[in-house]
Amino acid sequence: MAELSFGKAINRALSDALNDDATVVVMGEDIGAAGGPFAVTRGLQDRFGAARIIDMPISEAAITGAATGAALSGLKPVVEIMFMDFCSLAMDAIVNQAAKAHFMFGGQRPVPMVIRMPHGAGLNAGPQHSQCLEAWFAHIPGLKVVCPSDAASAYGLLRASIDEPNPVVFVENKRLYAVKGDVAEPPVEMPIGKAAIVRAGSDATVVAYGATVDLALKAAQALCADGIEVEVVDLRGIQPWDKEAVLESVTRTHRLVIAHEAVEAFGVGAEIAATVADIGFYELDSPIIRVGAPFMPVPFAKSLESEYLPDAKRIESAVRRTLE
Amino acid sequence: MHCLFIRVTESRAINHSNHNSSNPELLDQFRQLLLIRLAEERLTVLFADGEVPGFIHLGIGQEAVAVGVISQLEPADTVASNHRGHGHALAKGLSITSFFSELLGMEQGLCKGRGGSMHVADFELGMLGANGIVGAGMSIAVGSALAHKTLKRNAIAVVFFGDGALAEGLFHESINMAKLLELPILFVCENNGWSEFSPTDAQIAFQLDELAAGYGISYSTAFGNDVSEVAQKAKRAIDQIRETSVPALLECKTLRVRGHFEGDAQKYRESDRQEVEAHDPIRIASEKLLETGVQQSTLDDIRTQINNSIEAAVVAARKGTLPDFQSALAGVYAASEQM
Repeated sequence: MAELSFGKAINRALSDALNDDATVVVMGEDIGAAGGPFAVTRGLQDRFGAARIIDMPISEAAITGAATGAALSGLKPVVEIMFMDFCSLAMDAIVNQAAKAHFMFGGQRPVPMVIRMPHGAGLNAGPQHSQCLEAWFAHIPGLKVVCPSDAASAYGLLRASIDEPNPVVFVENKRLYAVKGDVAEPPVEMPIGKAAIVRAGSDATVVAYGATVDLALKAAQALCADGIEVEVVDLRGIQPWDKEAVLESVTRTHRLVIAHEAVEAFGVGAEIAATVADIGFYELDSPIIRVGAPFMPVPFAKSLESEYLPDAKRIESAVRRTLE
Repeated sequence: MHCLFIRVTESRAINHSNHNSSNPELLDQFRQLLLIRLAEERLTVLFADGEVPGFIHLGIGQEAVAVGVISQLEPADTVASNHRGHGHALAKGLSITSFFSELLGMEQGLCKGRGGSMHVADFELGMLGANGIVGAGMSIAVGSALAHKTLKRNAIAVVFFGDGALAEGLFHESINMAKLLELPILFVCENNGWSEFSPTDAQIAFQLDELAAGYGISYSTAFGNDVSEVAQKAKRAIDQIRETSVPALLECKTLRVRGHFEGDAQKYRESDRQEVEAHDPIRIASEKLLETGVQQSTLDDIRTQINNSIEAAVVAARKGTLPDFQSALAGVYAASEQM
């Protein structure tokens, strides 16, 4: 067991994949010589060369389109989109090309590519550098979407994503990059679409992903003092998501809260709530409650942003409401 | 538009003056031209009869660009195309039965009836697909060229796009990226003067040769209705790309005979029928062949053979099975075994 930061775990996963498979290449803006805006790719170009750690011009559309063409022609590209907000510039390549190429060409070729996207607020980066847009991609048939919560899942899920024959949107919360966690040595791959119960409990289930998992654990800790035992499910996979694990937990707790940093309206939580309300309806003892960001762009000012961000308190009060 | 026609005529006159006496390559190209033309003409009937649903965009009159360029490629070279992509697919060797099966929406189509006209593709042949999004093929071809270079394949990528795509940001991103990364790619602009329903003159603020110079990309131009001239210019550009692994741009001036899509009433356009007939690529190729001593009866026989093979393909396609919905649903994601 070794202690690694979330960012270093991603670096290690890239490094191991580059070592294991000569068809893996990394593409993005400032990822080589500059080491990446969050230093995630630091040192990779020195080890693997500029032909595999490819510094690209500021051309999100062409980078992602080229990654799609490369994936269809024998490479396994891992693209870094500097901030998830910039994915809007690459949407045609992701949605109309990469997501559909396997299906619309009748299954002739797989599309093995990963698009890493740092999401999340908390850095006072303002409305265009802070968004959580994973629900956009979860809505597109042909894409997979994952969001690790700690160093071990960052490593494990990235290795699995690079091995995937389908395009994967790999979402990293920026606030996690410096957070350290235990990672097995050698680190292990984790299957896409498998959730983990990170805290067992019998009174209510909180489903979360990414940096919100830690908030859910803090809320569970606070509720524990009042004798309320919360089960926390780290979703890890958003598309596909682990319906069995969530339903199984709800059959034991009969109460469900879904928490994420993304805007609550039309979000991942809505999909989970609708599914559980449908096939898990008779297991529920109270309404399902979502905790997410309000329906507004991410504001800049510290005071505004901290009020905007979902926190452990809001998750805690949501759980209390399910128990009323 | 007038400007285009004048240049087109000059270009043709120049090429006519220095043709070779015997030309088996041209006879092969003639076959390809005719295959594409007759296949698309057959499609117009199938479309009018309601057998082919959806939207089809025909390249009638533009066949010489596809044939001229693709006749200079090796099997390992890859081609990305656009919404007007039937010609590129057939020139790259797509089976005509699979082609008609796809357009009829059959399971036996190369895309199992999931893509249709705008997505005809055969990856085994290096045909990376027609594409419904204007300009999208460019970055896909850039990526394919990147794969060729990274995996040290001795292959190049070619992308065909219309003049309308010159206004897309992706064109500028792609050409800049290809130049920076020194990728083996040929950008082929199939300039038919129309950006969908509007004249390109009203949409493009720059001259393509000047723009290419600005990006440091080698530029050449050909009269796109003369298959020999296209082939000759393409060969020169492709040889240079293979030697130096730097991108090049070939602009082929051509004429769009039919509407943007089949069924387009073209109320925005005055008739240019005489212009079109005078510059018909099949007529140009057959005149040259006759000059070199090929008999008209030989050309007629070729036409009959191709018509027969197209009819046989349509008959075979009609006998196909309709695609199964559950199989289509199961085909959204690739399985690990496909890696």
